[in-house]
Amino acid sequence: MKKIVEIKNISKSFGDNVVLDNINLDIYDNEFITLLGPSGCGKTTLLRIIGGFEVPDQGDVIFMGENINGLPPHKRNVNTVFQRYALFPHLNVFENVAFSLREKRVPKDEIQRAVTEMLSLVALKGFEKRSVTSLSGGQQQRVAIARALVNQPKVLLLDEPLSALDLKLRKDMQVELKNIQKATGITFIFVTHDQEEALSMSDTVVVMTEGHIQQIGTPPDIYNEPQNAFVADFIGESNILDGVMLEDYKVRFSGHTFQCLDKGFGPREAVDVVVRPEDVDIVPEEKGHLRGVVTSVTFLGVHYEIIVDIGGFKWMIQTTDFHDVDEHIGLFIEPDAIHVMKKSKFSGMFGDYSSFSDEMDEIGEVDLEELEAESETTK
Amino acid sequence: MNDKTRRLIQRLTLTPYSVWAVLFIVVPLLFVAYYAFTDQNFRFTFDNISRFFTATSVVDNGETTREVHTYLVIFMRSLKLAVISTAVCLLMGYPLAYIMARASERTQSVLLTLIMIPMWMNFLIRTYAWMTILQDTGILNGFLSALHLGRIHIIGTESAVVIGMVYDYFPYMVLPIYSIMAKLDVKLLEAASDLGCPGLSVLRRVIWPLSIPGVLSGITMVLIPSISTFYISQKLGNGKFFLIGDAIEGQYTANNLHFAAAIAFILMVILLVCMALMQKLANRRLVAA
Repeated sequence: MKKIVEIKNISKSFGDNVVLDNINLDIYDNEFITLLGPSGCGKTTLLRIIGGFEVPDQGDVIFMGENINGLPPHKRNVNTVFQRYALFPHLNVFENVAFSLREKRVPKDEIQRAVTEMLSLVALKGFEKRSVTSLSGGQQQRVAIARALVNQPKVLLLDEPLSALDLKLRKDMQVELKNIQKATGITFIFVTHDQEEALSMSDTVVVMTEGHIQQIGTPPDIYNEPQNAFVADFIGESNILDGVMLEDYKVRFSGHTFQCLDKGFGPREAVDVVVRPEDVDIVPEEKGHLRGVVTSVTFLGVHYEIIVDIGGFKWMIQTTDFHDVDEHIGLFIEPDAIHVMKKSKFSGMFGDYSSFSDEMDEIGEVDLEELEAESETTK
Repeated sequence: MNDKTRRLIQRLTLTPYSVWAVLFIVVPLLFVAYYAFTDQNFRFTFDNISRFFTATSVVDNGETTREVHTYLVIFMRSLKLAVISTAVCLLMGYPLAYIMARASERTQSVLLTLIMIPMWMNFLIRTYAWMTILQDTGILNGFLSALHLGRIHIIGTESAVVIGMVYDYFPYMVLPIYSIMAKLDVKLLEAASDLGCPGLSVLRRVIWPLSIPGVLSGITMVLIPSISTFYISQKLGNGKFFLIGDAIEGQYTANNLHFAAAIAFILMVILLVCMALMQKLANRRLVAA
């Protein structure tokens, strides 16, 4: 595979706030790559640096082998789909899509052809004369995509393009975006804080926090083999426990020694152990590796989410069988359900469900990073 | 509270303004129209109106004499100076409004204050100040001759009148454009640049069309007072440029209320028609584009 964008030692600060700290990343041709992380992790800033809207304090952006650090946005063969679309309110759908072609003075019949083709690609045929302000969120989204793609960029940057859509529409657009990416063969660099979105669409996921890349990998890699407690917690649900690696394939945690598939740690090395909630089997108390008491049950349709107190540590377990509060149950954990990670600075910060509440996931999704970036550009 | 009482309260809160508007806007306008179409004895007549279009006077420039339509000439002169002033305000005000809208918040509030401070001073005092500056022996010429750059004669010329008008009405151009520019989404400018527009193209294809509403209200707010101004031309033009406002004032002080009202009425109608046309043109442009 051919490298199309190389990020080399990029750092960026806004005042005292270090947003990106020595980032290195290779992006390949024809790839759907997602920058995933919580608000303020630097993902949007990295995207804006690739687009040319921010200048890195240090480091280089290499585009098809060429350093494009000093190149302004209008000279980059890269187009952006903005978070709230940024459609031109004074132009209709056709003229919004034709915007870049008019700038290049493309002949009229050629513009007509290209715009029509793009509008049918995003299923907006017949909307040519409509005012963009009269469109629904999903339709505006499609116009924004068509407007960016008509330019035939080598790389399309998408800045949380689905965050303003409702759940149903978001799911549809996820599939559609993936199809468009496959059909056009353009490299998509997609920014999101939604891990489900990242897993379902991407070829490669880049997990970021605090201005650093935590892990780069395919969605299954990221989910099954998280590199540290942050990744394990941010992607899906995880029980993260303090453990000790006794020897290869043998780890001790929660007062029990388990068989596992991990090796290559030092003798008696302290580690973080990840057990996904869906990988735990509930068995009668006497047959379990671990024993505990159910403290809460939430019905989620497909399964129940139960919180189990095991020696003071609250586990989350997903099960299709009902277990009532105060029931004593046993936990059975297969070797392949256990993932062992090296200790990191995130150890102990995540993975305990003693203060768990579903609402916590929904709150705090206002994108602080974006607000900062905006206030920065207006200065 | 039910809907009925809520509506009643809404209407009651509007009442003071409605009374005010009727007493001080509608009634005076009706009076102007009434006077314009009546004679000394308050009998209906078109004489005042037709006098505006037909009255002639003789211009003697020393060698030849010719007859001109007095008030039409005055009107065209007013229009010319007002259009020039408005254009100068726009040319200076538009870039300033843009720069202000993109400046830091601190700079914005400092600039806003600086622009508004002259508005806190009395209009007559501002005009007198410009007399002191522009006179043949004034501050400007003192400055120029101190630099050995010679003197310029500017007081009593059209330029002096334009300078006075621009100074007085400049804030009315800047502020509406600025308020539109400040609301402009930065992301739109980034999008234009992302789609291949260099800076000047972004201005022409995105900033300018989106700022037209501000430009229009700026033009309206400068053109109308400058077309009907009377004091500036008397003081800075040494009374050599008799403008339509001067004509109204002259007729009024000569106790010729009916003709004064007629001139005011005609001016109002012309301005209303112009504004309506402009608005319509702008709307069509916005929709068509």
